[in-house]
Formats: sequence, C-alpha cells, structure tokens
Amino acid sequence: MMRRRGFGKLFDRRIKITLGAAIVIGVVLMAILAPLLAPHDPFKQNLIFRLQPPVWSDLGNWTYPLGTDNYGRDMLSRLIYGSRLSIMVGVSAALLSAVLGTVLGMLAGFKGGRLEQVIMRFADAHLAFPEVLLAILIIASIGGSALNLILVLGVSGWMVYARVMYNMTRSLRERPFIEAAVSHGAGDLYIIGRHIFPQLIPVLTVVSTLQVAQMILQETALSFLGLGLPPPTATWGNMLAEGRDRLWAAPWIANLSGLAIIIVVWGINMLGNGLREQLDPKSRQRH
Amino acid sequence: MALLEVEGLRTVFPAGDGEFAAVEGASFTLEQGEVLGLVGESGCGKSVTAFSLMRLVSSPGLVSGGAVRFNGQDLLGLDAGAMRAVRGRQMSMIFQEPLSSLNPLYTIGQQVMEPLRLHTTLSRREARTRALGMLDRVCIPDVARRFDDYPHQLSGGMRQRVMIAIALVCGPKLLIADEPTTALDVTIQAQILDLLRQLQTDMGMAILMITHDLGVVAEIADRVNVMYAGRIVETAPVANLFRAPAHPYTAGLMRSRPDISVVRERLLTISGTVPAPHQMPAGCRFAPRCSLADAACRAAQPELRALAPEHAAACIRPLTADV
Repeated sequence: MMRRRGFGKLFDRRIKITLGAAIVIGVVLMAILAPLLAPHDPFKQNLIFRLQPPVWSDLGNWTYPLGTDNYGRDMLSRLIYGSRLSIMVGVSAALLSAVLGTVLGMLAGFKGGRLEQVIMRFADAHLAFPEVLLAILIIASIGGSALNLILVLGVSGWMVYARVMYNMTRSLRERPFIEAAVSHGAGDLYIIGRHIFPQLIPVLTVVSTLQVAQMILQETALSFLGLGLPPPTATWGNMLAEGRDRLWAAPWIANLSGLAIIIVVWGINMLGNGLREQLDPKSRQRH
Repeated sequence: MALLEVEGLRTVFPAGDGEFAAVEGASFTLEQGEVLGLVGESGCGKSVTAFSLMRLVSSPGLVSGGAVRFNGQDLLGLDAGAMRAVRGRQMSMIFQEPLSSLNPLYTIGQQVMEPLRLHTTLSRREARTRALGMLDRVCIPDVARRFDDYPHQLSGGMRQRVMIAIALVCGPKLLIADEPTTALDVTIQAQILDLLRQLQTDMGMAILMITHDLGVVAEIADRVNVMYAGRIVETAPVANLFRAPAHPYTAGLMRSRPDISVVRERLLTISGTVPAPHQMPAGCRFAPRCSLADAACRAAQPELRALAPEHAAACIRPLTADV
C-alpha cells in the first residue's frame, strides 16, 4: 500500500502528461519529418551490408547506427518511416470511430426508445465479437491498404465511444438546463450541438487518446500477421515479423521494432491516463 | 377572448398495469395580463399541469385528453416545429432551481441571447444589446461587467433574475413560473416577487404562478386555483379565497399556516395523507381526510360549481361564508 502510494507520487499526473506528450509530439514530428531525418533510403537494399548489427555492438558502425535488416536496408530509416503508417492509421481510425461512436451514442442517449435499443444492442453484439478476428476477416478479403486499415479499425472501434457517450448523454439529458433550453424553444439538434456535445469533449479527448494507442497496437498486430501494407513498405508490424525469422542471428531487428511500438503505446497511454486524472476531480484530490 | 383556455386537461403516467392521472380534468382560463396562482401540496399535479401546457411532459408521461387553446392556437394539435416556435417566444417558463437550470459552460449573457438566436434573426450585436437591456430590467447590477460572468459566479437571487431575463427576452404573452422562489431565502423571495410583479405591469404578460406557498399567492396573484390530487378543487379571486375559502381543503391549507398573532404549541395540519394513485376514492378525493364528509361525498366526484361570481368549488358541502 505504501509502495503504491509512493509510486503514484513518482508518476503523478503532471509527469504523466508531460512525458506522454513529449513522446507523442516526438513521434508525430518524426513521422512528419521522416524524409529529413532518415539517414538512408528505407527501401534501398544493400546486400553487402545485410544484417549489420547496431553501433553499440563490436561489429557495428555509424553508417548504420541501428544496424541493417536481412536485405541490408537501414533499420533507423525504416523505423522512422514506419512511424508514419502507425501514426496515420492510429489517429485516423481513432477519429473515424470517435465520429461514428459519438454520433450514434448521443443519438441513442438523447432520443431513447427504439433507436436506443437498436443502437445499443448492436453495440453489445459488436463488443462481444473479437475485434481482431473481425479485422483479420475483412482485411483478408478486401486486401491491406492504409485506407482499408483505417476503415476496418475505425468502424470496429465505434462501440467504445458509443457506450461512454450514450451514458453521459443520458445523464445530461435529465439535467434541468436541458429542460430549460427546450422551454426556450430549442430543438433536438440545437440542444445536442450546443448543450450536450460541449460537455462530452473532455471525456472524448481522453477516450480518443487511449484509443489511438489501441488502434496502433491493432495496426501493428495486423501488419505482423501480414495483413497490413505489403512489403517492401516499412511498418513496425512487418519489421517485427521479419525480425522473428532471425531472432538468433539478428535480434536487433525484432527488438528495435518492438521497442518502438512499446514506447509509442506507453507514451500515448500515459498521456491519456494523465489527462483522465487531470479532468477527474476525484482522482485529483488523491495526489 | 381569454389568452389561455384549458379544458378537461388530463395527463397520465403509466403505473403498474394501468395508468395514473397526475392531472384529471383540469379546466381554467387565464386572461391577458392576469396573474393566476396554482396552489397545492407536493404531488398534487400543479407542476405537471404547467409542463402539460408547454408540452414538456416527458415520456412515458402523456397528455391524454382535454384541450389547450393559447392565443388562438390549439397547442395540443400543433406539430413539433410550431410548438418550438411558441416556447420561449409566446410562452416561457422559469424553474425552481436557477443554478441547475443554467448551463454551467456558458456566460449568462450568452444564455440570455439564446432565445433571441432561436426565435429572431437579430444580428449578434443587436441580440447583445437586447440581452443587456433585459438583464438591466431584471435589476442585475453592473450589467456590462456581469454579462460575461458564468452562473457559478452569481448568487441564487441573481441567477433567478437571469432565468427571468431569459424567459422574458422575447417578450412572451405568458410566463409560467414553477415555484420560482422556493429555492431562495425569504428576503430574496420577496425581491423576486416584487420584480415579477413589476415586470408584469411593465410588459403586460400574464403569469401562471405555481407554488405551494399561500404567502406567495397572496402577494402576487389576482386569482387562485387550488389543486388537490390532480383536480382543481376551488377557484376564486385571491381576496375572496383568503376571506372565505369554500372548499374544506382550502380552509385546511389556510389553517395550517403559521400565524404570528396566535401562540400555539404545534401547527395545525390536515390529518391523513393524499391517497395513493392506485387507491383514489370513487367520490370526492378529499373525502377520506375531510371532517364534513358523508355518504354523498363518497358516492360521486363533485364538479366545480359556482358559489358566487368568479368563485367556484368542487364540493357538495361548501363552507358558505362567502355568500
């Protein structure tokens, strides 16, 4: 108990937000500036220098700071370019599911009745179905492209938002100021847009942040399984898969791409949890 | 023609297998510029009556019968869009708890401008001017600075003034006030009632004042309807009602008010409680608690009968001091 409290203090919400935001900003900048940052062409094969170890190993050198892969492509450049797909797919898919889930959740919560039943029971059914299985099924049949990944992951993530927004809308709908707005002559759309949605924004921010991490994990999982973008495109998932085949001879390939995934997901989750604590007065008092 | 005519209004809520009528056959009229009090104890149906008039009864509640004619329109027959155009513009409402009736995210100025945005095509600047003027009329001090305050920065009395400003900014013909002073302390209550009376004189709107407090009625109303268990049991001009209540329930209500000139150990009360919805007596609903009730009272529900001009009671044995 004492230890937990000590740990909680060490990682209080300010540190979480600062560190999380630093990681997220760093990775986003890396993705945007990839062509400027990458020392080599990520696709250029150089078979003479294949499986070069990273610079900290005895055999490494500064030409390839993080070593090379099986085809002699620069690991550092591939990791930098790989962040582009993860960030783009993660953010776009989280946004898409945010829009779908928020609209449907608010509708269900505000309108009630049959619409609520249809939307929320469908969400329950969807939630009961393993997401990754569904994604594998769809991607395997329509093919892996960035757009398909975004669509599949985005559509399959709507329930998380729908449930949260539904519950919040339902409790907001009973607040007297909503009734007062109706009594001033406001219509449904006006009330949803002006009185309900703005109250959901803080929670929406937190859920979206955490969802981006989830989406990135799912994207790498699909890529790892060979269902993402086809090679030679660099994605952290397919780099991890390539590294698996050479775990003994060239462990840095799998280690480095795995590390990249961990750092990004950890950073985003830390930012999301920090934001949640910041916005939740109950957990704020504890520290 | 009367501004508001309510005839046989019946509002029901589902209860168990059947339904429970929170308002049962309420009929009354309200003239232009008149202040009508609607009095009764908690749960007697007075707020449901008000919500029925605004068509704000939320599902599963339902206005199942009667007619409401307001300003020449049949309110119960209007489609949703036409009803929205009535709310806030021709007929508006203020509530008991001003803090929770204001959205905490918007400044009071933005909220006073809201009905103008909904009902008029005024530009932002014009709406702002109108809103400032309205806030000034409800006596918010230092309006220009207060305009950008949030509800939590205001006192309870100020918040209720803001609510009144929102309700009146479009110049409605009828203001429904649902216990507007109940959540305020006594000195503020008096100020708010004075303000309402003042605005009523200036702007000429009618007020339907819903309250359980006979003192409020005495202060502001021209005429009073007394409700008991979903029915209107007595209607009279305020002076007549206080001088000579005809219905035993009204008389009981008056007796249970504390009187500063009489020293008593305990307050008088009306014995018993309001019958539960599923156990409504067949005859007069007040009969089980009424000391004057007899077999005839329990046999049939009495209708409102005129006892004197403008004074009617739903009682077959009215206290007849009035005549």
